[in-house]
Amino acid sequence: MTKTSAATPILQVTGLRKSYGKLKAVDGIDLSVREGSCFGILGPNGAGKTTAIEVIETIHDADEGSVLYRGAPVGPSFKESIGIQFQNTSLQEFLTVRETLRLFSSLYPNPRPLDEIIAACSLEEFIDRDNRKLSGGQRQRMLLGIALVNDPDLLFLDEPTTGLDPHARREFWRLVEGIKARGKTVILTTHYMDEAEYLCDEIVIMDHGRIIERGRPRELLLKHFGQTVIRLPSSAVPSGSSFSCPSESEEGFVALRCDDTDRSLRDLVASGIDLSDITVERRNLDDLFLKLTGSSLEGEGQS
Amino acid sequence: MRRFWAVFVARNLEFFRDRSTLIFNLIMPVFLIFGFAFAFPAGGGTTYKIGVVGAVPAAGTSSAAAAVGDVALLHYEHVSQVPYEGLEKPLDRLAHHQLDMVVDLGSGEYYVNEASTNGYFLERMLRSEGSSPLAKRTVTGAAIRYVDWFIPGMIGINILFGSLSGVGFVIVRYRRNGVLKRFKATPLRAIEFAGAQVLSRFFIVAFFSALVFLGTDLFLHFRMAGSWLLLVLVNAMAIICMISLGLVFSSRIKSEEVAGGLMNLITWPMMILSGVFFSLEGTPQFMRSLSKIFPITHYVEASRAIMLDGAGLAAVSGNLAVLGAMTAAFLLAAAALFKWE
Repeated sequence: MTKTSAATPILQVTGLRKSYGKLKAVDGIDLSVREGSCFGILGPNGAGKTTAIEVIETIHDADEGSVLYRGAPVGPSFKESIGIQFQNTSLQEFLTVRETLRLFSSLYPNPRPLDEIIAACSLEEFIDRDNRKLSGGQRQRMLLGIALVNDPDLLFLDEPTTGLDPHARREFWRLVEGIKARGKTVILTTHYMDEAEYLCDEIVIMDHGRIIERGRPRELLLKHFGQTVIRLPSSAVPSGSSFSCPSESEEGFVALRCDDTDRSLRDLVASGIDLSDITVERRNLDDLFLKLTGSSLEGEGQS
Repeated sequence: MRRFWAVFVARNLEFFRDRSTLIFNLIMPVFLIFGFAFAFPAGGGTTYKIGVVGAVPAAGTSSAAAAVGDVALLHYEHVSQVPYEGLEKPLDRLAHHQLDMVVDLGSGEYYVNEASTNGYFLERMLRSEGSSPLAKRTVTGAAIRYVDWFIPGMIGINILFGSLSGVGFVIVRYRRNGVLKRFKATPLRAIEFAGAQVLSRFFIVAFFSALVFLGTDLFLHFRMAGSWLLLVLVNAMAIICMISLGLVFSSRIKSEEVAGGLMNLITWPMMILSGVFFSLEGTPQFMRSLSKIFPITHYVEASRAIMLDGAGLAAVSGNLAVLGAMTAAFLLAAAALFKWE
């Protein structure tokens, strides 16, 4: 596998468009993905995330735009370099997890040994079970295993933890971190903010087929919400107290909007105020999305 | 080749582990064969069939009747005439009880099979019409049971359904539920995928057809006048042909409901109009012409010729050529039409 210089993105997408009839599912997006990074595509259902990555994966043809892999237009061998976990996948029935992995493994010229896949995705406990008799989390781990059979340099995960319980999500994140640790590049779509904040080095936010914001999650939050909000019960704050950042009263609480969280907290400790019921609130990507579009990322009713 | 083999093996595992489909594949044809064997022990059919050689005079016309006598029997209700050019073919059918009587208007003779009950009654009726100028000739020969005549048709239906549902339905299901999309994301090529499906299905259909045939043969002892090898060749060509038809059928359809409707549209006319359940002899010319567009007709004609009449390769080569040409046309159409999604 050819490695390119650090300057060349592993994936470069320019002016990508895809319409279904009148619906502009992807309306001119540009992406640049660094090798070894986790790149998140966020947006509500119907934002065009899945269409965008399926066009990039060459599952669908683009109406317009170009996709460069390691600086060259994607060709037939592209499929050998990438791994895909679709949002919804059915598999041939009456096969065990091991047989399913073996089937997909046989479709690639240089597959990774199955034992490594099984270990990397923690499949040991249900490896000989019928692939239809798995829990949600087990099934997603098996599908991740299928996506990894060819040891891809670039892995696409389309909403991999949707519908999983918190424990199974954590478990899945751990596996993705393991993949990143091996220097692989991950492109992840999700509508979970915490998932993107936890896993992604860089994100784009999509809405109605367009990218409306991009950057590192932390930097985006700083850019849009510079301040941390510190709240204390009014009863705990002696009248006439002065603070290092602007304060206001909010229904039984005093809210401080601080640029320097660390200094503000140290000042509060020094002031001797009872901090038993303090809350420190950092804005998350959901707040950012709400701010950018006026609707919630996880909310209902998006088109 | 490795990719082809992997998909082939996976498909076989999927099929043989699906117990309910497996059982259905066996029970339905076996049930029908035994059902027909007991319902129609020999001869079969409730109409009397008379093979007629030479031009038939219309009822009551005295001019032609003067030559051979007015054979009123030919115009009875429940008596059907089957016209023939020469004597050889109808006499053969008479010997096998597929005709009840043969009348040669040219020579003024009639033939009956002495072992045939229907022939006996027809002859009594012919005589009861008064002094018949027709001279009596007899042939001998044991009856071919309906089930002997029916078994090639039953195997044909088995092949038809096994191929259309096993390839057609399965690929449509794979397309609808996303199995095909998952394969599309890999280096697997459409031709490798389709080839593996065809080969897997070929062995499955061949295996079940043989199982049904040999299993029922143990009890019913079918008539086998010709070459086993030739029969195997005819079966193999028919299976490949109908699987190819299944591929065309499944190349674009996305929903199983549409597939089900289309499959009924294809299979029912084939079963009814191809002479599987009843002979097309004596039916209007357009029906016999129409039947030639169905692959199963050519399969049934060739199989019956081999099993009942002991036909050789030359005699069935026409049917085989048509099956081969249809297969090529179906495969080309499937290759042109196929879509993963």
